[in-house]
Amino acid sequence: MTEERQDFYEYLRDTKKFPSVWCPGCGMGIFVRALISAIDKSGYSQDEIVLVSGIGCSGRATAYLDFCTLHTTHGRALTFSTGLKLANPKLKIITIMGDGDALAIGGNHFIHAARRNMDITAIVINNSIYGMTGGQVSPGTPQGTITTTSPYGNLENPFDICELAKVVGSNFVARSTVFNVYLMEKLISQAIKKKGFSVVEIISQCPVHYGKRSGFKSAVEMLEWQRDNAVMINKSQETGQQDLPPGKFPIGVMVDREAKSYIERLEEFNNKQREKANAL
Amino acid sequence: MLKSQLLPGNEACVKGALAAGCRFYAGYPITPASEISEQMSSELPRVGGAFIQMEDEIASMGAIIGASLAGVKSMTATSGPGFSLMQENIGYACMTEVPCVIVDVMRAGPSTGSATQPSQSDVMQARWGTHGDHPMIVLAPSSVSECFSLTVEAFNLSEKYRNPVIVLIDENIIHTKEKITIPSPEEIKIIDRIKPSEPPEWFKAYKDPGTGVPPMPAFGTGYRYHVTGNSHDERGYPTNRPDENELLIKRLFQKISRDSGKLQLADAYYTEDATVNIIAYGTVARASLRAVKEARAKGMKVGLLKLKVLFPFMRQTVEKILSKSSKVLVPEMNMGQISREVKRVNESRCIIETLNKVSYEPITPEEIIKKLEEIYD
Ligand SMILES: Cc1ncc(C[n+]2csc(CCOP(=O)(O)OP(=O)(O)O)c2C)c(N)n1
Ligand code: SF4
Repeated sequence: MTEERQDFYEYLRDTKKFPSVWCPGCGMGIFVRALISAIDKSGYSQDEIVLVSGIGCSGRATAYLDFCTLHTTHGRALTFSTGLKLANPKLKIITIMGDGDALAIGGNHFIHAARRNMDITAIVINNSIYGMTGGQVSPGTPQGTITTTSPYGNLENPFDICELAKVVGSNFVARSTVFNVYLMEKLISQAIKKKGFSVVEIISQCPVHYGKRSGFKSAVEMLEWQRDNAVMINKSQETGQQDLPPGKFPIGVMVDREAKSYIERLEEFNNKQREKANAL
Repeated sequence: MLKSQLLPGNEACVKGALAAGCRFYAGYPITPASEISEQMSSELPRVGGAFIQMEDEIASMGAIIGASLAGVKSMTATSGPGFSLMQENIGYACMTEVPCVIVDVMRAGPSTGSATQPSQSDVMQARWGTHGDHPMIVLAPSSVSECFSLTVEAFNLSEKYRNPVIVLIDENIIHTKEKITIPSPEEIKIIDRIKPSEPPEWFKAYKDPGTGVPPMPAFGTGYRYHVTGNSHDERGYPTNRPDENELLIKRLFQKISRDSGKLQLADAYYTEDATVNIIAYGTVARASLRAVKEARAKGMKVGLLKLKVLFPFMRQTVEKILSKSSKVLVPEMNMGQISREVKRVNESRCIIETLNKVSYEPITPEEIIKKLEEIYD
């Protein structure tokens, strides 16, 4: 077995001053470590990858990482990613979004990027809250939760991001928690390798805005909650996903298929055009 | 030999974009701009470009910015409602200095208004539609021929200054066929963004090279850098430092204002001895020219200044006209948008009269003559 790398300094921007903007205990740091490790193993060079992000705490990840990085507008990261990919299909696009970013303001773009099976790896950091703006209710917030804009408890249902990504046509859909750090890295690795639209939902913790109001005493308690409530998909499949006890949620690979991606269809079209031109 | 042909404004605009090197287009259907998308969808794949119909205009704007960062000249076209949706990302392109071209075929009215009737009511939205302080370049063709030439110009200026450029087209030339002679490719001047000459290790993405316009490498070419709509330092990293904020915003303005002498694109007709001059743009400038010729035949000393650049407002050119006129008439298919700019630079040099028509019909030469007769003394 090759030894696991412990540091990844060449992927961090030395000119950018640490510490990061993230609060102590935030899930973002652990996620970024897993992302870099997955990229390191992917075989792609730093110049072949473009990291795109939206606006939110999660969106800040791109500034620290030494790639071509694009910190876009709130909710629109996938639209910029689509333009980048079509203008230069050789680029590997990895797009990082928050739950509000990807599914409230950016929900339509998320659906359409998946429908096109556009060659983008979309990572949704689901901390069940609007972190950056101070803890308002988000489309990832569970029913009943108290937030700064649901002071009497959230009346709405949250999105099941993976189910959504699945039905609209993504080639790869997976979920991990920040606690399951090796799984998180493995799923990101798998997603990067895929053609078409690949989605990894990361259940993360925002101890400052979500944890505090929901009765978690610390980030560690939130990680323990992740450990105790996430059920690996093969286990959950045995019981059937619907049959998971209340409060439990599946993690692992939800979809892995080889439907033709947008870029594959485009290349096929271009080849046909070329053949036609040559035949003339 | 160059042949003249009969084309509508939308085709001339598409031909201009392709001649300028546009190879990416993202759009969303909207009358009266849909034909531009339709033609782009058929032309771009033939020249190695890419077309995509996005889920809305916000997405179209995001996509063209992304494509431009990958090094490809890109464009979108829309009309009022779509133009409103694009504004946030237009501001993003200003802040991050990503070249791109936005064609807005103006329809009448706020909201859905009237999709098939002409208007010039997006002038101030083109200038100030997105939030925050930013410069903007806005061009206004008055004919099919200018739909071609000013679209080429729009790409050139956006590449030169790394700023989005907006082309405002009146609805009544987008579908109307006119004679146009398209120059041969050798005759068309093309400007491409400047790429960095230093090695990637030394590269600072937003450092002023002295011209105010930093060189711009394409993503994926070995220059790794950060692009953000947040206030940023010369490396492109987010900053809150007052000195860096100020340096950035002032540079954004100055990179264009320092060249204001070169951005004076206007045509003057009969202005030398005129005491009353018209200042107009778009199709209203053509009705104005007819009116001026007829008024001249009646012995009136009137002239016309046709603006092709609306913003940055051509103070130098307009001031010259204001200084030698007793009165200036600004006819517009809106309640008075460019007339505000004319009044702003006038500083009581002469009397400014306006003629505003919002019946969603073009202003006729007769209406302009009538107004000229009223104000002429
Ligand atoms: C158009 C627009 N609306 C609102 C905002 C304010 N805003 C900034 S971040 C954010 C939400 C962040 O929540 P999420 O996307 O879940 O990411 P997190 O901060 O939790 O990582 C909002 C609403 C904005 N930047 N732009
Ligand atoms: S507010 Fe929450 S999501 Fe944002 S950095 Fe702090 S802990 Fe993380």
